[in-house]
Order: sequence, then C-alpha cells, then structure tokens
Amino acid sequence: MEWLVVVLDFLGQQILNVPAYLIGIITAVGLIALRRSAGQVIGGGLKAAIGFLILGAGAGVVVASLDPLGRLILAVTGAQGVIPTNEVITAIASEQYGAQSAYILVLGFIVMLLLARFTPLRYIFLTGHHMVFMSLLLTVVLSVGLGEELGWLVVILGAVLLGVIMVVMPAFAQPWMRKITGDDTIAIGHFGTLGYIAAGAAGQAVGRRSRSTEEINFPQGLRFLRDSTVATALSMVLIYLVFAIWGLIALPTAEALDIFGSENQGAYIMAAFGQALQFGVGVAIILFGVRTVLGELVPAFQGIAEKVVPGAKPALDIPIVFPFGANAVLIGFLASFLGGLVTLVLIAVWLNPAFGLALILPGMVPHFFTGGGAGVFGNATGGRIGAAVGGFVNGVLITILPAVLLLVFGELGFANSTFGDADFGWFGTAIGVSLLGGPVIGVIVCVLIGAALVVGASIFQKRVVDTGWVPGARRDALLAEGSGAETATTTPDRPAGGRTQGKSGARH
Amino acid sequence: MKIVTVCGMGIGTSVLLKMNAEKALRALGVDADVEAADIGTARGAARTAQLVLTSEDLADEIGDVPAKVVVIQNFTNMDEITKKITDALQ
Repeated sequence: MEWLVVVLDFLGQQILNVPAYLIGIITAVGLIALRRSAGQVIGGGLKAAIGFLILGAGAGVVVASLDPLGRLILAVTGAQGVIPTNEVITAIASEQYGAQSAYILVLGFIVMLLLARFTPLRYIFLTGHHMVFMSLLLTVVLSVGLGEELGWLVVILGAVLLGVIMVVMPAFAQPWMRKITGDDTIAIGHFGTLGYIAAGAAGQAVGRRSRSTEEINFPQGLRFLRDSTVATALSMVLIYLVFAIWGLIALPTAEALDIFGSENQGAYIMAAFGQALQFGVGVAIILFGVRTVLGELVPAFQGIAEKVVPGAKPALDIPIVFPFGANAVLIGFLASFLGGLVTLVLIAVWLNPAFGLALILPGMVPHFFTGGGAGVFGNATGGRIGAAVGGFVNGVLITILPAVLLLVFGELGFANSTFGDADFGWFGTAIGVSLLGGPVIGVIVCVLIGAALVVGASIFQKRVVDTGWVPGARRDALLAEGSGAETATTTPDRPAGGRTQGKSGARH
Repeated sequence: MKIVTVCGMGIGTSVLLKMNAEKALRALGVDADVEAADIGTARGAARTAQLVLTSEDLADEIGDVPAKVVVIQNFTNMDEITKKITDALQ
C-alpha cells in the first residue's frame, strides 16, 4: 500500500497544493458537471490554470513598482502609504494562500447555494472576481488569527463566512436596487455594498427636493476614465509625481535620488514616471489573468447554481446599475475621489499619529466603480445632492475601512496594497477582531457573526424587502407635488432624455 | 467565429454577457468562441472578431472596428441577446 501513500502525497503536495492547478481542476469539474464537450473541458481547465499563473506574473511587476513608492512615502511622511487595489493584493497574497482560498471559494459557493435554497435569501452571487477576492481576504485574516497549523479550520470557517456574506449583502441592498431598476429581477452582488447603502441613506437624508442627475447635460470628457488601464496609469502617475517632487523638496538631494538610483533630478522624475506606468502594466497583466480565469470559472459556477436554485435572483456586478444614472456615475465618482482625498488628509494629520492608520492613497479604479455606484444609489433617493453626498460618503468609507483592515492583516500589511471596497474592510475587520481572543473564542464569535448576519438579513428580507418598502418615498411625493406634469420623467428610476430612454428596456 | 463581449473592466458584466451569449449560441446551434474584454483592449480584440456585444455607452468608445458592434440594452435578457445575435449573423 506504500505506493498509494506516495501517489496521494504527490497529488496533495504537487497538484492540489498548487493554486493554479487546483483552479484548473475545479473549472474542469464544473464544466464536466454541465456536460460540456471534452474539448471545452480541457480547454477551459487549462485556460483557467494559465490565467492564474498570469496573475502571479503581474503581481511581480506591481510589487517591483510599489517598492520604491513605499520607500519614498515613508521617507517624506514617516507613514506607510498604501494603494488599495483588489487585483494587486489578491495576486500578491495568492502566492502564499492560493490553494486554501481555492477550497474556500468552492465550499463557500456550495454554502451560498444551500443558504439560497433553504433561507428567504434567494440570491445567487455571480460577481466572480469579488468571490475570488473575498475568499482570499478570509483566508488571510483567518490564517493570521488562527495560525497556520489550523488550515482545515480556516477552510471550513472561511467557506461558511463566504457563503453567508454572498447572500446577505444583496438582501440588504435590495430595496434600493428595486428603486433604481424599477423592478425586482436583479440584485447587486458587489462587495462595495455598505458604501451603496450608506450612499442611499445619505442621499435620502440630504436630497429632499433635489432633482435627478439625469436631467443634467454632462460633458463627455471624463468618459476616458472608464478605461481601467488609462485610469490606473493616470492615478499612479499623479501619486508618484506628487511624492517624487515632495521628496525632492523635503529630503537631502542625494537621499532622494538614491531611492530610484538616479544620477540627477531629471532622471529621478522620469524614473518616478516610468515606475508609475509599470504599475499600470502590472495591473493590466493581472486583469488579463483575472479575465482568463473568470471567463472559464464563472460560467461553470453559474450553470450549477441555475440547476440547484431555480428562480433565485442573480446578484450582479455594480456596472449593472450604471445605465440607470450615467450622470450620477460621474458625479458619484468625483465626489468619492474628493471624499478619499479629504479623508487622506484627516488620516495624515490625526488618525495616523493617534492610531497608526496607514495612508490610503486614492486609486481611480475603486473610486470610479464604487463611487459611481454610490452616485446612482444616492441619486435614486436624493437626486443631484444625493448623488454627490452619497459618493462622498463612499469615498470616506473606502479610505477609512481599508486602513482599519490593514491593522488585522498581519505581515501582508507590508505589501503596500490592500483590499479596497467597503465590505472587505468591515467584514475582514470584524472577523479579524473576533479572533483576537484566541482560536476557541474566535471561532465561536465568527460563527455567531455569520448566524447573526443570516438571521438579520432574513428578517430584513421578510419585513422590509418583501413588504415593498421604497427608500425615499417621501421625496418622490414632494417632487410629484412640486413639478406636477413633469414628474413622469423626473423620478430618478426613470431616466429622462433621449440618450437614456432606450435603457427602459433593461427593466423587463 | 469569434465574438467579443465588452465592459469597463472586462471582468464583471462582460463575463455575464459572455455566458448569456454562449447560452444563446448553443440554443441557436452556432459554434463560436466568446471572449470577454475590457474597454481598453476591446478595439484590439475586435480586429479578429466578427461580432462585438456591448452596452450603449461603451459602443461609442469602441469606435470604428471591422467587427459588427451590437448594442445590448439588458445583459440579462436572453430574448434580446438571442434576437440581436440572430439578426447580426444574417
């Protein structure tokens, strides 16, 4: 029987412990379950595995470009500067935690299906990249809290928590989603949900008579920011140049030049510029890897979900709401970016010295996507003012929460990157903090958190979502009174104007 | 035949559209490779494709490409996707 041990050991150590192969096998199994042809199974599995390896290659490029920036920020401010980019921190962390997180991903998906089947929370979370990010976040936080030797416990607990968060967040956001889309067929499946709900609530509080953003004719000049390669490179060039010039002013010249190993000031500035573009290169490589993996993995998952929980609502990525408020997206993005900058200053002058919070530098991509989403949520309940305030609130959240999350992140906290979106921040911190009391208490508290979320969301679903509560109903009434005949086109869930009229089809 | 689905980042809604397009193609009995792309690489990917599926606002940004650009209003509406693919393939 010794050969069996050798074979199992080989399988375990050389194949199932290598994240790329594991992901490839999972994809292939999913495709087999869906009875795809042999060619599609082999091609899909191989492509997913290769995509995962591409992820690692991109991580190397990003880390190399972040390293001098980290030293530069430390030299001029004395504080750690961090750029929250989910793709980047995932690529970095998957080197150490990839295999475990792949198990959490698969088991968590099964937990989600069970919860969707047997609780009122009938949502199927389909945003594949966020599933991957959350499974990795949970692996890191649980591994740091429970210790490396309790790997099996990390996988089980992580899977339960992943399954829970994937069905409760869409439920909590559903009243606003219904308000935005005008019907009840799709949900939001994106881990910026706390920011969206906060934006919806803030919009309701401030925008009592404000009209919809969709009545504004907005310049199209900012549209290029939708291109993530351009947005990422641009924001990094700005960040790099600000700190490079600051370094040149604040530090002794020789010390500043030494950071990039440059001979003179000109070479130093261009080295900073080049490093910023390299970051964009790395993110582009990682995104290509993520795309390659997800293009194969998500269809396999979705096919299975459809068979197990027929009729459940699909919870989708945030851009699904963008057509319902194209102007709100831009307003929300700009306001979110502003909120990020204001909070950065707040951290630099107060929270960093007092609590040791890291400086979270605003990244264009998270601010565009979650800020844009927050703008749409804010507009739905509070019009133009709502979109702006909602975006701002989101910007504050995605700057504070990642900084707090870094405190529970262990040695990965030194990687100069972290998870950006709001739910990663609060959920990761809650889990990390509950593990502070030791493994036994920690596991109990984590299970209680999971149970409380499911019970809370179920009650919310039954009492609030199913009874048809409409956020901001009073404002709709006020606007209806104020503008009479115009109201048919001014309610935020019905975009006005020729450009958006065709979108009404999206409600059927 | 190659079909490209496009969204802002190429990892969220375009993957959803890719899955629904594949489902539609299977129902139609058409053999095609569907690939998800972000708006940055969409123009390049479209050079070797016959069909590009995307949302209304991104269609303008893809601009002039040899492939046929088809605007999908609702990425989850199978009837719309099936009909538009059928029309485009004729």
